[in-house]
Amino acid sequence: MIQLENVTKTYPKASRPSLDDVSVGIEKGEFVFFIGPSGSGKSTIIKLLLHEVTPTRGKVVVNTKDVTSMRSWKIPHFRRSIGCVFQDFRLLPNRTAYENVAFALEVIGKTKAVARRVVPEVLELVGLGGKEHRYPHELSGGEQQRVAVARAFVNRPLILLADEPTGNLDPDTSIEIMRLLDRINRTGTTVVMVTHDSNIVNQMRRRVIEIESGRIVRDQARGVYG
Amino acid sequence: MRLKYVLNEVLVGLWRNVTMTIAMIITMSVSLTMLGASVLLYLQVDQMKDYYYGEIEVSIFLRTDVTEAQRSAIDQSIAANPLVKEKTYETREQALERFKTLWADNPDFVKSVGENSLPESFRVKLKDPEQYKTFAEQMKGMQGIQDIIDQRALLDKVFKIFNAIQVMALIVAGVMALAALLLVGNTIQVAAYSKRREVAVMKLVGASNWFIQAPFVLEAVVAGLIGAIIGFIALFGGKLVLLDNRLQALTNILTPIPNGNVWLMLPLLAGVGALVSAVTAWVTLRFYLKV
Repeated sequence: MIQLENVTKTYPKASRPSLDDVSVGIEKGEFVFFIGPSGSGKSTIIKLLLHEVTPTRGKVVVNTKDVTSMRSWKIPHFRRSIGCVFQDFRLLPNRTAYENVAFALEVIGKTKAVARRVVPEVLELVGLGGKEHRYPHELSGGEQQRVAVARAFVNRPLILLADEPTGNLDPDTSIEIMRLLDRINRTGTTVVMVTHDSNIVNQMRRRVIEIESGRIVRDQARGVYG
Repeated sequence: MRLKYVLNEVLVGLWRNVTMTIAMIITMSVSLTMLGASVLLYLQVDQMKDYYYGEIEVSIFLRTDVTEAQRSAIDQSIAANPLVKEKTYETREQALERFKTLWADNPDFVKSVGENSLPESFRVKLKDPEQYKTFAEQMKGMQGIQDIIDQRALLDKVFKIFNAIQVMALIVAGVMALAALLLVGNTIQVAAYSKRREVAVMKLVGASNWFIQAPFVLEAVVAGLIGAIIGFIALFGGKLVLLDNRLQALTNILTPIPNGNVWLMLPLLAGVGALVSAVTAWVTLRFYLKV
């Protein structure tokens, strides 16, 4: 599903590479944690998978497509097969929970009728039934992240990328979000999560890939934070 | 649905930044008015050249003391010249008659001109009016000729003035267009900034590039079109007020500007306004949004 082959990424003006000759493969339906200290290069992996940045060397294959050589006009369509959740939620403040999710559908060409059918369903799934018409500022942090997860999942992506999704949440809320991601993973969606929340990693007991200074130092099935 | 979404975005966008929108529309319309005026003048000068150059004559005025022999020698020389299309001879009396009808509304002026003060002349039409110099060169040496006058030289002076006006209008149009371009670029940047969250989400979930850009580009195009319409109204108004009323005397020389030509400016201005706005907006977005 995801294949990184000898990927090196050096940002312009950076003295050392963010990722240094990293190779890793992730199968369909896996749940993978990327862990490591700040600046270790784990967020760069998310950016590479989204084609927000291109690797300096090496090859990135997502969903059998070689992202490295992908033409720029194909990127939008490619991104529709990937859902994304961030630490800061990235919701539109002037739209309700329903509208935030529906917006993601409408801008990729889905009709309002489709949104009316699908959005309540996915909001129910993430546990926000009854709160569809609240604005982000009327929701708690955990609820806002649920909206973000709903938005990422509404299009039924093959892959869900989560960049420190619990970074702004208290431990209990974090666990709830993780349960949600786990449920999404059980539907067959590949989940890639970048985190440095040891508590969560230890509870989930999933594959853990540890990165330090741009290199993979550990890749362990059913691992702990260590 | 999508169309409705896009149109709504456009109107909201234009309204959000209404002072900038107005500035953009005004500069755009002034620029386009000047462009329209310039093109109209160009068409006009072209048409006038066709009209006047067909009528142009070279006048060979004879000396008052010209002899019979000299006159017939000139006559034959003109007739034999291969450059000449047709010639007419005008006696002093005929010249006076023509003068009287020309200045019929000014009898005092006519009275002041004596019976013999107007010279007799040959009026020559050349096959090719451009050949005037050669023809004059060939005739100049002959005895009994007072002066050879080409109407073309006179007309050329008039046309030079028109040309200068046209170029000036074009320069103003260009300068205003530059200002309009910068305003369009700025407006689009402000619009893109105020919608940066939406744009970020759209990019994230994979909205196509055209879908992200369309509202911004259309915003500029709508402003460009409004500018073009205002510019056209100004042009038409200017034509009605200035040329058809105030400066009617000038119109008599100018040969009337057909309304059809002015109407022709509407699609031209609209096309230029819309295209220039669209391209500017698109280029701005490429740099600013990197989509």
